[in-house]
Amino acid sequence: MMGVNRRDFLRIAGLTAAIGMGGKTAFDLLWPGQLDAAEGGVEGWWKSKTPENPLFPGDMAPGNEVPNPAELTAKRWGMALDMRKFTAATRAAVVKACNQVHNVPAIPGNQNIKWIWETSFEHAFPDLAQEYMDNEVHDLPFLVLCNHCDNPPCVRVCPTKATFRRADGIVMMDMHRCIGCRFCMAACPFGSRSFNFADPRKFFPDGKEPNPTYPTRTKGVVEKCTFCTERLAKGELPACVEVSGGAMLFGDMADSGSPVRQALRTRYAIRRKNELGTAPQVYYLI
Amino acid sequence: MLEKALKGEPRYWAWVVFLLVVIGAGFGAYLVQYTEGLTITGMSRDVTWGFYIAQFTFLVGVAASAVMLVLPYYLHHYKAFGRITILGEFLAISAVTMCLLFIIVDLGRPMRLMNVLLHPTPNSILFWDMVVLNGYLFINLFVGWAALGAERKELPPPKWTKPLIYLSIPWAVSIHTVTAFLYAGLPGRGFWLTAIMAPRFLASAFAAGPAVLIMLALLVKKLTKFDAGKEAIESLAKIITYAIILHLFFFFLEVFTVAYSAIPGHLSHLQYLYFGLHGHPSNVMPLMWLALCCGFTSIALLIVPKWRQNHKILLPAVILVFICTWIDKGIGMISGGFVPNPLHEITEYAPTGLELMITFGVYAVGALVLTILYKTAITVKQYKELT
Ligand code: SF4
Ligand code: SF4
Repeated sequence: MMGVNRRDFLRIAGLTAAIGMGGKTAFDLLWPGQLDAAEGGVEGWWKSKTPENPLFPGDMAPGNEVPNPAELTAKRWGMALDMRKFTAATRAAVVKACNQVHNVPAIPGNQNIKWIWETSFEHAFPDLAQEYMDNEVHDLPFLVLCNHCDNPPCVRVCPTKATFRRADGIVMMDMHRCIGCRFCMAACPFGSRSFNFADPRKFFPDGKEPNPTYPTRTKGVVEKCTFCTERLAKGELPACVEVSGGAMLFGDMADSGSPVRQALRTRYAIRRKNELGTAPQVYYLI
Repeated sequence: MLEKALKGEPRYWAWVVFLLVVIGAGFGAYLVQYTEGLTITGMSRDVTWGFYIAQFTFLVGVAASAVMLVLPYYLHHYKAFGRITILGEFLAISAVTMCLLFIIVDLGRPMRLMNVLLHPTPNSILFWDMVVLNGYLFINLFVGWAALGAERKELPPPKWTKPLIYLSIPWAVSIHTVTAFLYAGLPGRGFWLTAIMAPRFLASAFAAGPAVLIMLALLVKKLTKFDAGKEAIESLAKIITYAIILHLFFFFLEVFTVAYSAIPGHLSHLQYLYFGLHGHPSNVMPLMWLALCCGFTSIALLIVPKWRQNHKILLPAVILVFICTWIDKGIGMISGGFVPNPLHEITEYAPTGLELMITFGVYAVGALVLTILYKTAITVKQYKELT
């Protein structure tokens, strides 16, 4: 029920473009089309429904979305990574799938964009690392991504509700509302967010995005993993889960029969920086 | 009254033209940033705020410090501040103007700035920062302007400014407290996650702001024969002495808690700033030590009443105070907070040339605002004294 499908996406896009612009300006005249890709054909924003429920900032208001009977829904989405099942090939496939599906550009240097990436145990779990660890776990590269925290500080600090938590727990971004203040990046204790320092389209090989059906971003906005809301809306699992060969599980944390909950019942699992109380919804099965 | 700023000696105009040139250069650099994106800055995925936000933080303090004049003058009727209070209020206006500009040049999508008002989000501290900063700007504009206008007509300040003046006192404290809350409420940023942040911000601000004001007052005296008064400068120097001592004391409190508890998530940032981390020397290390040296030297110079009454010692002392507090907020705050990053990796930050040009441009706007306001105020005051 909650998916932001393409139509919705464009509608919200146009809506926020209209809000964000507020008329022609000197900049607009100097750089035509620089403001937003999705201008034009905009209904009066004051007439259209607001995209979120004012009582619960960030939750999509019911009735705003076009229902799709095949859509995957949950009370609260969660993910588990089965560290025993990962191989180098799986990890590479997972990262590649995500980058391709979401047009994540490969930007050299430290102004790069990362949705899901590989890091060592010490970096993923700086508070759990110790000198005399199980060698196998210690040497294992871990995949990290946005944890879709149940108590997300990024949502708390965003001054425009461009980062919001959907009713199904997914922490989402409205790229057309984000002002690029990067407060959310300071607030995220997991380094899960990336900022488009430059126009990401410049970095696609031969200048074309790998996946024309997924929107590319503009410079000046923040982005991150979305748990593939666009795929859930079509009834598909997240791209990473699909290519992980069973190493990644995805399901409803509120449903005791879901694959994630079943795995968590029998396997020891850790979460990143549990002590900060953000309640990450990505679990690592050791 | 503003027409007073339109008449001046060649020296005045040369200064204005100089500022306009710097503003022009800064604006040019900003146009590059606007087209290319923030990629032209030294910021990165790990250090996502840089020079702009650091200057913003420092200047919020300068703005807030006007309360150190307003409070004694209006609340305690401390007459010695009669001539200098307006300089403090106008300095606050110029500082807040720069703050707002620094926020704007830092935004990735500045054209969407109004989203903050169109989607008011009370759970975001940035929203409250916007509210208190704009409020403070208007309070000072109204109060300062009304007081000056009344003075020209040789009347006491209008009655309606009284409540505004009283309001401006807690309001000044609020702008720097809220700015500290921007940082102090973030989980996982050990350097900022401390309740001493707001008091330390205020203490360093009450040292930095009056230090700037003394420099300005001495400069103004030299250039225009407008004398803020010996007693006013002496009282300000006293305030600075207390404030800089408090600032270093609060810093020591922070260092003690962090170092004695030795919790890595907090300690690593201080280690990085002052010693480097994991054998990686930090690029700000010399500056951080310089700030400490300046701080302690300034205390030594200021604490002896005889010395601080001597302008030949006072001036270098307040310059040292300025350097100490500016490095603390303008450099250490950001580098210390973001390095190491949440994954405990080290990505260092240094501003680029274009970033510095934009920064100077914003400072020049502030200087221009200040020049025009001071010119007006001093002309009015001197005219009054001549007749
Ligand atoms: S991991 Fe970071 S970006 Fe993702 S929900 Fe948690 S705080 Fe927000
Ligand atoms: S950068 Fe965008 S998403 Fe992040 S806090 Fe600012 S407005 Fe919100």
